[in-house]
Amino acid sequence: MIIAEQKPLEEIREMLGDAKKVMVLGCGACVTICFAGGSKEVGILSSQLRIAAKKDGKELEVIEDTIERQCENEFFESVKDKMKEADVVLSIACGVGVQTIAELFPDIIVLPGLNTTSFGRPKEPGVFAEYCGGCGDCILDLTGGICPIARCSKSLLNGPCGGSENGMCEVDPKTIQCAWHLIFEKLEKMGRLDQIEKINPPKDWSNSMSGGVRNIVREDLLEVKLES
Amino acid sequence: MAERADLMSTVPDPDPLMEKEPVPGFEPLIVTIACHYCSYAAADLAGSMRLQYPPNIRIIRTPCTGKVDVLYILKAFEEGADGVYVAGCEEGGCHFDIGNLYAKQRIYYAKKLIQQVGLEPERVEMFNIAASAGPRFAEVAALMTERVKRLGPSPINIKRI
Amino acid sequence: MKSNSNLEKVFASGQLAVTGELGPPKGTNIKVIEEKAKHLKGMVDAVNLTDNQTAIVRLSSIASAKILLDIGLEPVMQMVCRDRNRLAMQSDLFGAVALGVRNMLCLSGDHQVFGNHPQAKNVYDIDSVQMINMVKTMRDDGKLLSGDEIDGEFKMFIGAAENPFGDPFASRVPRLAKKIAAGVDFIQTQCIYDMERFKKWMEGARARGLHEKCFIMAGVTPLKSVGMANYMNNKVSGISIPEDIIKRMKGVPKEQQAEEGIKIMVEQIDELRKVEGIKGIHLMAIEWEHRVPELVERAGLLPRPKFD
Repeated sequence: MIIAEQKPLEEIREMLGDAKKVMVLGCGACVTICFAGGSKEVGILSSQLRIAAKKDGKELEVIEDTIERQCENEFFESVKDKMKEADVVLSIACGVGVQTIAELFPDIIVLPGLNTTSFGRPKEPGVFAEYCGGCGDCILDLTGGICPIARCSKSLLNGPCGGSENGMCEVDPKTIQCAWHLIFEKLEKMGRLDQIEKINPPKDWSNSMSGGVRNIVREDLLEVKLES
Repeated sequence: MAERADLMSTVPDPDPLMEKEPVPGFEPLIVTIACHYCSYAAADLAGSMRLQYPPNIRIIRTPCTGKVDVLYILKAFEEGADGVYVAGCEEGGCHFDIGNLYAKQRIYYAKKLIQQVGLEPERVEMFNIAASAGPRFAEVAALMTERVKRLGPSPINIKRI
Repeated sequence: MKSNSNLEKVFASGQLAVTGELGPPKGTNIKVIEEKAKHLKGMVDAVNLTDNQTAIVRLSSIASAKILLDIGLEPVMQMVCRDRNRLAMQSDLFGAVALGVRNMLCLSGDHQVFGNHPQAKNVYDIDSVQMINMVKTMRDDGKLLSGDEIDGEFKMFIGAAENPFGDPFASRVPRLAKKIAAGVDFIQTQCIYDMERFKKWMEGARARGLHEKCFIMAGVTPLKSVGMANYMNNKVSGISIPEDIIKRMKGVPKEQQAEEGIKIMVEQIDELRKVEGIKGIHLMAIEWEHRVPELVERAGLLPRPKFD
């Protein structure tokens, strides 16, 4: 799933400027799971915006709504009229959701309420960890199912570097586990330490963001139209 | 792996806020969210014992303080409360084991949320009051009322003087 | 000879090699390099030039290397994976070789969060092991990573670092083996204070014959004060200083701590050169270049060999 976190409230208020009618629109998919942009967060953020506006003596109406998924066109049907009534739509979906609105509704001003950070999972209650780098060329078969692209601070393919201490990464020893420590332990347990001595060659980054925009086209799924 | 944020203790003792003078003529409106199994029972007991406590508090009963959501607290302020406190069971004595500990974490989070919109975090607090502690219930109501009197009206609510 | 560098010749002659280190200035003040170099001349066989060490912007290691060459000192040009992709690395390597650089050190590089541009986007297109292999291919096959032919001669003595004190310990010998398989010629280790762990690591290396497949240089840094010892012990990951060394530093008055640090270093070097498989000493006298003549003298590392 996609992991995101809310932008600082100050930044959101600055973006909203003098808008009088704001729609805070949540998304029921990934950002609900990571407690950043679901209906609960729509409520909290809207309440905060109202309190802050009242405190500053500003007029502000906040409309709240949440749809199933902001990344797909059809889910906007139920809210599109409300969206058009607002001065701005503050989307608390990931960056994909914000752009979907921008694309579907060219006349609506849409603002991002979240910072989208990574692909990951709720590792334990309250902890949302990064797991995948979306590099387009998966090598998890070589690394015991642990991704060094996303989970090593230097994305090393032949780690660990000297900054691994007690299983943690020097970049933040409190929260970042050393991916190569994990890989080493895992391969050791699996009796596959020979794998660790194989030199992983330079990676083909052309399937990643470095290769330009990645659009996938599946011809069997394309829309079919009857020629008249 | 996750390191828990250092949760704020409830009210510091001595409370530096109490060194200030109360805002003259201000009677705060305070929302008390009380657990059915302890603090709400303690309120009953305080009544039976004919203990006096300030009339500023409005009690809302919850089946457990673990049901308290930060949104309840924000809504209370949005609708004009000057202070909100949650009263749960003693730690270790929750009817549902750990509901009050979850509440404590959320109160800490709620403090941050109201601070972001310019309200003093001291307006929100967590207390633990056992069912048998009628006098403690009255004491906490007085303590919170005195605190909020010194903080003054909620900034979104200046007209209540 | 792979590179014909002075350092390679010292190793080939079977003598104990000594390398020093020089941190380029945080600006264009060449005098800093010239001044530091003055103290190193004749005292070491080659001098490492750090590449934006600890992720702090400094005069480039390539330019610094050229300045050293002009003074008559042999450089070991460091290159980190943090700041360059494979294109920039290979083109800079052409430049370095064209300018006369014959030794290099392939490093991952400290993460940028520790430096003065923590907001920077890092590169890490390839890692240090892959870089070693890339340079070896450039030298031995005359080919770029892409397979394209290199126009001209490419000579380089390839070094890398290894940290016997990083975790997990069991991964450290295999990683050395990996760097050797990738084609490294010499290794400089992280500063050694924990002699016991270092010896254990060397034991592991010897058990696999790795000490005969590359030249291993033991890294040494003299402690200038208790403060420095504590800092390195607590703040620099991958360095641990045993309690008895810190105690020893604490045991003397402040003004004698530097002297005590030197004494400890001399003892360490005496001990390290006896370890089977150690072919050299890498002396990192951090911002203490002017004391290097005294340090190498007292450690009995003089005179340095000369070749025609």
